[in-house]
Amino acid sequence: MADKVLPMREALRNALREEMIRDERVYVMGQEVGAWDGTHKVTRGFLEEFGARRVRDTPISEMVIAGAAVGSAMAGLRPVAEIMTINFAFVGMDAIINHMAKVRYMFNGQFKVPMVLRCATGWGNQATATHSHTPEPIFAHFPGLYVGMPSNARDAKGMLKAAIRDDNPVLFSEVIALYPKPGPVPEDPDFVLPIGKGDIKRPGKDVTIVSFGRGVEWSLDAAAALEKEGVDCEVVDVRWLRPLDTALIFESFKKTNRCVVVEESLPYYSFGSEIAAQIQEHMFDYMDAPVKRVSAMDVPLPYARDIELMALPNVQKVIAAVKEVI
Amino acid sequence: MADLTKEQLLEMYRQMVLIRRFEERCEELYAQRKIGGVYLHLYNGQEGTGVGSMFALKPSDHVITAYRDHGIGIAKGADVNRLMAEMFGKRTGVSGGKGGSMHLADRSVNFWGGYAIVGGHLPLAAGIALKSKYNDDKEVVLSFIGDGATNNGYFHESLNLSAVWDLPVVWLIENNLYGMGTPVEVSTGQPELHKRAIAYGIKDFGRVDGMDPLAVYAVAKEAVAYAREHGPALIESITYRYKGHGVSDRLYQRREQEMALYKARDPLTVMEDHLKQLDPGVESALAAIDAAARETVEAAIRYAEESPDPTYDDLINHIYA
Ligand SMILES: Cc1ncc(C[n+]2csc(CCOP(=O)(O)OP(=O)(O)O)c2C)c(N)n1
Ligand SMILES: [Mg+2]
Repeated sequence: MADKVLPMREALRNALREEMIRDERVYVMGQEVGAWDGTHKVTRGFLEEFGARRVRDTPISEMVIAGAAVGSAMAGLRPVAEIMTINFAFVGMDAIINHMAKVRYMFNGQFKVPMVLRCATGWGNQATATHSHTPEPIFAHFPGLYVGMPSNARDAKGMLKAAIRDDNPVLFSEVIALYPKPGPVPEDPDFVLPIGKGDIKRPGKDVTIVSFGRGVEWSLDAAAALEKEGVDCEVVDVRWLRPLDTALIFESFKKTNRCVVVEESLPYYSFGSEIAAQIQEHMFDYMDAPVKRVSAMDVPLPYARDIELMALPNVQKVIAAVKEVI
Repeated sequence: MADLTKEQLLEMYRQMVLIRRFEERCEELYAQRKIGGVYLHLYNGQEGTGVGSMFALKPSDHVITAYRDHGIGIAKGADVNRLMAEMFGKRTGVSGGKGGSMHLADRSVNFWGGYAIVGGHLPLAAGIALKSKYNDDKEVVLSFIGDGATNNGYFHESLNLSAVWDLPVVWLIENNLYGMGTPVEVSTGQPELHKRAIAYGIKDFGRVDGMDPLAVYAVAKEAVAYAREHGPALIESITYRYKGHGVSDRLYQRREQEMALYKARDPLTVMEDHLKQLDPGVESALAAIDAAARETVEAAIRYAEESPDPTYDDLINHIYA
């Protein structure tokens, strides 16, 4: 089967739709997923196609959205629950951390929790402090969860299908800014990208740029600009914060001996911190420069456009970081 | 005594006595440091609520509760040896020694566990009930709730969802008058907790005397039948815990008068009276049940003591499926 150019939103919709057709146990729930067609229109047409039994609008109740998904998954269904934006996942945090992640372990494997918690993520246009979080590393902190975040339409389809088919709980983050971005997407209904497998988005030999989600785009743009200056960057898209494809990162690092980490999230106790620690623990003998981190600034995001942009990562900041390690 | 046979009444009594003996020995074993940890929430005094209500269930129905879960697990039919082994943190425990007293579960008897985050199990109850509804299984979920737990957001969100989705769940508030040291009137604007049902559009089955297992059974039977056919139901059972909130609660001993009032209506005694009324010659049968319960608990303790500890492999397994 061929590829078709689709925006990420449609790639996700197709993944979800195909999985619902394939497996009767898969259902969706969340705020506005039905009659409203989904806040981000990923579930457009689902209520009509699958009916109210499998497309369940919920009250504005993040604790019970996450928690009821856990219970129904333990009981044998395969919920795909939607949190309108990940900022609101904080309200359901206990259900996610204490139960979604831990019921399997706590009861010694008596239960499986085959669920996906889809969250729209990333800062937007002046969305301000409460609505601009990209907090995936917080969730990736906890054993028991998988955390994935695709950087393009193709990956979005393959990763979401993997998440739905897996027997473990997955927090699946979708960058709002990427929803409209088109890319080639396989039409094969069994196109699945394995959980925990990263991807080299651009091969190179001088510097390894490790990123995920929206950071991949900045990294690729930076790499294209740097190429003109004779610097050859390798861009590693980890795709999954947990399980983390450290093997892929290390393989790249052994070749380049230099690393820049690019993320949209905050700098303290971050993805960047983790990658830097992993590299110095495991790759010390290969290091030719300190690991450099590019992230949002350590501030809550403001409203005014100029200072909002000042606080955020961008291509220029990635280019500058690469230049510091070569 | 409605529709129960003498054998069934004796079975009810057997379960209550077994729970009481189990809890008494747990308290001693904790004092001897054979049971570890900082948490041990005993069910003494509340047996009438757990046993009476669960008697209205089919084996295929589901039960979930908070951390005061030993008695609930026993009444749902979990293996007593393995429950005790969990107290000891042994790898033969129902939760492999990884859950402890507050996290007992036995999937094989549809006992979905004890949960130690106040209110945290309520959305799980809704989710399990959704499975029943989704598959048209006609199975009911009985979810126990502490009085204190009625004041957190989980309660509100879960009850509301159960109403809008018509979920087959019976919410059973075990009102033992306190959440830790805080009396219901101090924590709750409307201390008649069953009235909360009305606000959510849930069928209110009112208050029941939790010290009388047959009264609890009678109302639970109605509520379970209602939930199976129509949707969520709520019961408030007035009961009392004889022990502190946890084993370390000292404040509790000051409530002597109140305690005496409830102990005079101890659910075991109430049940004995019911049985004696039915059959004045039942006394020797009751004594035999008690002796057997004690022996069951002692055997469970031996089983737990002789069981192996968890290993490094246990530490790292079952994080993922
Ligand atoms: C979210 C949360 N907050 C606080 C606690 C500490 N805590 C444990 S039990 C308890 C009291 C709960 O009382 P109640 O619901 O009436 O149950 P009971 O102990 O009486 O059975 C509290 C405050 C907790 N475990 N979880
Ligand atoms: Mg209480």
